[in-house]
Amino acid sequence: MSANRTRRGGRRSDTTLATAKGLGWFSIGLGLVEVLAPHALARGLGLRGKEQLIASYGAREIATGIGILSSRDPTPWIWGRVAGDALDLGTLATGLDGHNRERGNVGIALAAVAGVTLLDVLCGRALSARRRGQRRLARRDYSDRRGMPKPPEQMRGAARDFEVPRDFRIPEPLRPWTSAA
Amino acid sequence: MRALVWHGKQDIRCDSVPDPKIEQPRDAIIRVTSCAICGSDLHLYDGFMPGMENGDIMGHETMGIVEEVGPECTNLRKGDRVVIPFTIICGECDQCKRGNFSVCERSNRNKSIADKAFGHTTAGLFGYTHLTGGYAGGQAEYLRVPFADKTHIKVPDNLTDEQVLFLSDIFPTGWQAAVQCDIQPTDTVAIWGCGPVGQMAIRSAILLGARQVIAIDRVPERLSMARAGGATTLNFEEESVVERLNELTHGKGPEKCIDAVGMEAHATATLDSLYDRAKQAVMLETDRPHVLREMMYVCRPAGVLSIPGVYGGLLDKVPFGMAMNKGLTFRMGQTHVNRWTDDLLRRIEQGQIDPSFVITHRIGLEQGPEMYKTFRDKQDSCIKVVIRP
Repeated sequence: MSANRTRRGGRRSDTTLATAKGLGWFSIGLGLVEVLAPHALARGLGLRGKEQLIASYGAREIATGIGILSSRDPTPWIWGRVAGDALDLGTLATGLDGHNRERGNVGIALAAVAGVTLLDVLCGRALSARRRGQRRLARRDYSDRRGMPKPPEQMRGAARDFEVPRDFRIPEPLRPWTSAA
Repeated sequence: MRALVWHGKQDIRCDSVPDPKIEQPRDAIIRVTSCAICGSDLHLYDGFMPGMENGDIMGHETMGIVEEVGPECTNLRKGDRVVIPFTIICGECDQCKRGNFSVCERSNRNKSIADKAFGHTTAGLFGYTHLTGGYAGGQAEYLRVPFADKTHIKVPDNLTDEQVLFLSDIFPTGWQAAVQCDIQPTDTVAIWGCGPVGQMAIRSAILLGARQVIAIDRVPERLSMARAGGATTLNFEEESVVERLNELTHGKGPEKCIDAVGMEAHATATLDSLYDRAKQAVMLETDRPHVLREMMYVCRPAGVLSIPGVYGGLLDKVPFGMAMNKGLTFRMGQTHVNRWTDDLLRRIEQGQIDPSFVITHRIGLEQGPEMYKTFRDKQDSCIKVVIRP
């Protein structure tokens, strides 16, 4: 029995899952802001004309957040967040040109997104390691668990003495046609 | 006594609770020697079944020794060794007389709730929501058995607990799933889900003489256990279920299909499961019926769908038109345990089958809460957990 082994890894894995959940809620929160106030964000970052793009990023964030919170294994969704972070960083970087009077805000936003990206990557790596660990543990061989005294080929039909009760029989005319003999 | 107690979604604890007492003249109290965690307990653990209350004792696969009997429980004596079927039966109502024990008309003490929810009541069940009576379950040191004069299977001393424990649920459930198919020697039987019920259904289908049994899952250890039982296996993460089933049946589809998965089909394997999961998250649907949809699609026209997997409530986008036009027969329901157990006990005694093959973990009650998670997440090659209180 490996209950102790499972318990040891359990606490670390719980923290990782809690972090993932936190990121899920963060995703939904940020997504709502982007969907509901794209104009204000675009104004504050000097990214006028990109309101629709910001709103679509918001929808992406909400979908990812729901995915993280509703899935048993949030690993692919967290890596999806990392990909989204790359898009965010790329879009924010376009606001660093010399003509943007809100460059300062863009710099702060870039630093914040970079921080969250780091957290996403760390969480994604921990979740992936957890997944690999589970797969390594989950490799017992049950190929000898026959449950019958002889190989299945020899046991096939051993219970033909069982009479199917009348109320469990499929009427002859309703049986599927079969050509196998 | 100690028991595994439900406190909310994914919150099961090993608590100290009051010992059960004789409440009705037909009751018995048993000292639990072995019990098990069932796949359907996971629906309660994950909060998908309505009707659980904080403090409910879990468990419906239980056996033990009779400690005390009520005055009208005259066919049991202190010291008798019994397996307790998960369905509580009066043995006297019209349904019980017909052998339809899982829809006993008298054993559900919350009949009025069940009448409202289902139209008509079904049997009382141990440890399985207040919709089915709110009876304390058997993952505990002691269990009160209502209608104990009928709700028991006496087992001989020469068989071990592990050989007979699964007469309480998964063995007769897998057996009934196969019997519902009315298996013919020419049949291909496709079985979705290689958990404990799926494993029992595979062996039942082989024993009943199916020409070909195909088992579908994604967990390698479960697939290896299925192969050991005589099934051709199909990993749905590696190949198309529909294509492979058609290939193995010369394009005709399997005559008989068994759903041993139920309401919690793997949520990320297919688009329709993802859709179901999203609807579940916002409470617009209770179940994920991916397996049902797939069975309806791939089953041979005029074929049979047998459904031992538990469903809880409302299912969306079920292609019923497809099923109607193909003339499919649906057989489903909770298991009429006592209808099959005399015959199955004889088969165990004769050595035709030893259901203990499915056990992968043996624990004490204290490890129960943790083991629920391990079992749910299919970690550590977990297929079946037996608890010795």
